[in-house]
Amino acid sequence: MFDNLSERLTQSLNRLRGRGRLTEANIKDTLREVRMALLEADVALPVAREFIENIRERAVGQAVMKSLTPGQELIRIVRNELILLLGEANEGLNLNVPPPAVLLVAGLQGSGKTTTVAKLARWLKERNKKSVLVASCDIYRPAAIAQLEMLAKDVGAGFFPSDASQHPVAIAKAAVEQARRQFADVVILDTAGRLHIDEAMMDEVRRIHEAIKPVETLFVVDSMTGQDAANVSRAFDQALPLTGVVLTKTDGDARGGAALSIRRITGKPIKFIGMGEKTAALEPFYPDRIASRILGMGDVLSLIEEAEQKIDRDQAQRIADKLKKGKGFDLEDFREQLQQMKKLGGMTALLDKLPGMQGLPQGVADRVNDRELLRLEAIINSMTRQERRFPAVVNGSRKRRIASGSGTTVQDVNRLLKQFTQMQKMMKRLNKKGALSGLMRGMTGRGGMPPGMPL
Amino acid sequence: MFRRKDRSQNRNDETTAPGGPRPRRFGRLRDALQRTRTGLTARITELFARQRAVSGELVEEIEDLLLSADVGIAATTQIVADLSQRLARKQLADPEAVFNALRENMLGILEPVSRPLTVPNDGPRPFVVLMVGVNGTGKTTTIGKLASRLRAEGRNVLLAAGDTFRAAAIEQLQTWGERVGAPVIAQQIGADSASVVYDAVHSAKARGFDVLIADTAGRLHTQVNLMEELKKVRRVIGKLDPSAPHETLLVVDAGTGQNALAQARQFHQAVQVSGIALTKLDGTAKGGIVLAIARELALPIRFIGVGESAEDLRPFNASEFVDALFER
Repeated sequence: MFDNLSERLTQSLNRLRGRGRLTEANIKDTLREVRMALLEADVALPVAREFIENIRERAVGQAVMKSLTPGQELIRIVRNELILLLGEANEGLNLNVPPPAVLLVAGLQGSGKTTTVAKLARWLKERNKKSVLVASCDIYRPAAIAQLEMLAKDVGAGFFPSDASQHPVAIAKAAVEQARRQFADVVILDTAGRLHIDEAMMDEVRRIHEAIKPVETLFVVDSMTGQDAANVSRAFDQALPLTGVVLTKTDGDARGGAALSIRRITGKPIKFIGMGEKTAALEPFYPDRIASRILGMGDVLSLIEEAEQKIDRDQAQRIADKLKKGKGFDLEDFREQLQQMKKLGGMTALLDKLPGMQGLPQGVADRVNDRELLRLEAIINSMTRQERRFPAVVNGSRKRRIASGSGTTVQDVNRLLKQFTQMQKMMKRLNKKGALSGLMRGMTGRGGMPPGMPL
Repeated sequence: MFRRKDRSQNRNDETTAPGGPRPRRFGRLRDALQRTRTGLTARITELFARQRAVSGELVEEIEDLLLSADVGIAATTQIVADLSQRLARKQLADPEAVFNALRENMLGILEPVSRPLTVPNDGPRPFVVLMVGVNGTGKTTTIGKLASRLRAEGRNVLLAAGDTFRAAAIEQLQTWGERVGAPVIAQQIGADSASVVYDAVHSAKARGFDVLIADTAGRLHTQVNLMEELKKVRRVIGKLDPSAPHETLLVVDAGTGQNALAQARQFHQAVQVSGIALTKLDGTAKGGIVLAIARELALPIRFIGVGESAEDLRPFNASEFVDALFER
């Protein structure tokens, strides 16, 4: 999402590269461009103005004079300022209270609250090994409660049933009581979407808050929000003692300037970002990484962390052991690798995080979708076990069968087999060197790309 | 393929549908735009009082004002360039003249796209409306309100629950259907959206409905596969009636920033959007992004949503919109 902001900043800063010294005049031009970039990225006007002012103060004067390459120095200043603005460090959820820890989410209509509740429940369950109960105080939207129930079932969280005839405050109280009775570690309360200028509704959420005294009150906001993010976040911050922000729908191509505005105006940390529709698509917000990403430096750290979470170590180990024993790398193993990659969110998600990828034309990035991977997997799935283990047996007639079974052409099957042969050679070489760690590196450090994968 | 499976469980939050005991709110265009208006005029007047001579700073401030209403760089630059030219030629001597010039400029962009949606009396039947948009913009709510409008005009309206992924979507649409007296064609969750819509067109033809409004699941315009699915929905509608859909309405949240332009571009490219509905104008969002969209894509702006009840869907009217913005 931050790509466009990165692009623009990189562009305007690039112009500064190669100049001997910064002069007042060329700082002014560049800063104006940075300002335009921020505004176009939906950073709220007062926030953008303050940001530029800070940069100007820092840039003009000693800091720049000391540096041999003023352009680089300015990039550093902009990056540091961005980090400063986005918040110093990633802050997790505070669960350090006698259980149940109560979490409340609030936000505008359509910002993604219910999805976020499900994602948080899954996160707490998987990462923090907490037992989680969720409940919905949304008595207004039809089936909102049923929706949360489905999601809760999906992520394996407890669900506290409520219905539209109850009062939201009563639901909240009863849910917390229920959590206490069943010794749940965490209870997460979903609320109805509300407009920040709707006093009756804002009063309602305030009363819910008073009734249950949550340890975390999270403001859920759409990352595509424009200048209005300033008004909305200010109003919610004044109405509720917010403890954090969740930024949603960041898997789109919005420039995400709202993140800067919200952070600056509420002063509350952005704790998570929602990266997609799946319940696993929740990531902690790391200001330094995001700031680097804004400047086109990629988000490799997030990627490594994610790979560690999702790569099945046993499976990787099994392949490694197999190779060690001198057995060949077969199509079954290849398929496992494809599946691992899928778990990481596919090629698009990976590309998004690698440095330098911002330079790719928009069209190219869009084309690299995961269809190719799916097709490879489909082809392998259409093979018999025998064929997967001993790809050499695949002859012309088998190829025709496999192609029609997987909805591809014989050429596709040939291409797969050729790629596979190359991979197999590479694996053999790796094995000779005893560099099994190379395989692991191929799967994690370099973005889950098995060697020889088609790109 | 694999993402499909999860979708039904995972997608959610979309529009707030027909509210139950929810309290009434402002909900009128004038009220809604009052906030923008006072802000803008007060600041321009103040600027004049302070900085009569320095036109450069005035222009810059107007630029900022437009930008902070989400108008966007390109449209703002266009308006501002003209203003500063006229200021330089001393054609604009007082706040009044600046207002008029601004107003004129904005009307120049918005007037051509101010084309309300009309369902012709002697046109093809059913008149098919396809609703598209990203997640959470208010598609289903807008369908409810639109159906209510058309019912009030005496049309027979059929709704198609094409959002087959989100649990609440079908029930939400059914609630609206009951409320406005429009039958709903629906299948179960997880069904093929295109097949639901196809059935609905078929049924609307057979049963002689005047209008069919088809809901679709919210999708980010960057999701290639989901956009392909949307193309398919459009294609199958065209199979039964080559002239359909007669209207492809993109629903845009007024709170959205510059990304709305990318949304409009992508959706237009995929399914040939023929109109825009701007929702959630009853908050503090200014919806200035329609200027950017109008300027670049010249897509007709059909409706604005200024509240939650059925009559809060209003035809978009450029001069009303701009007047309300600048009226003192």
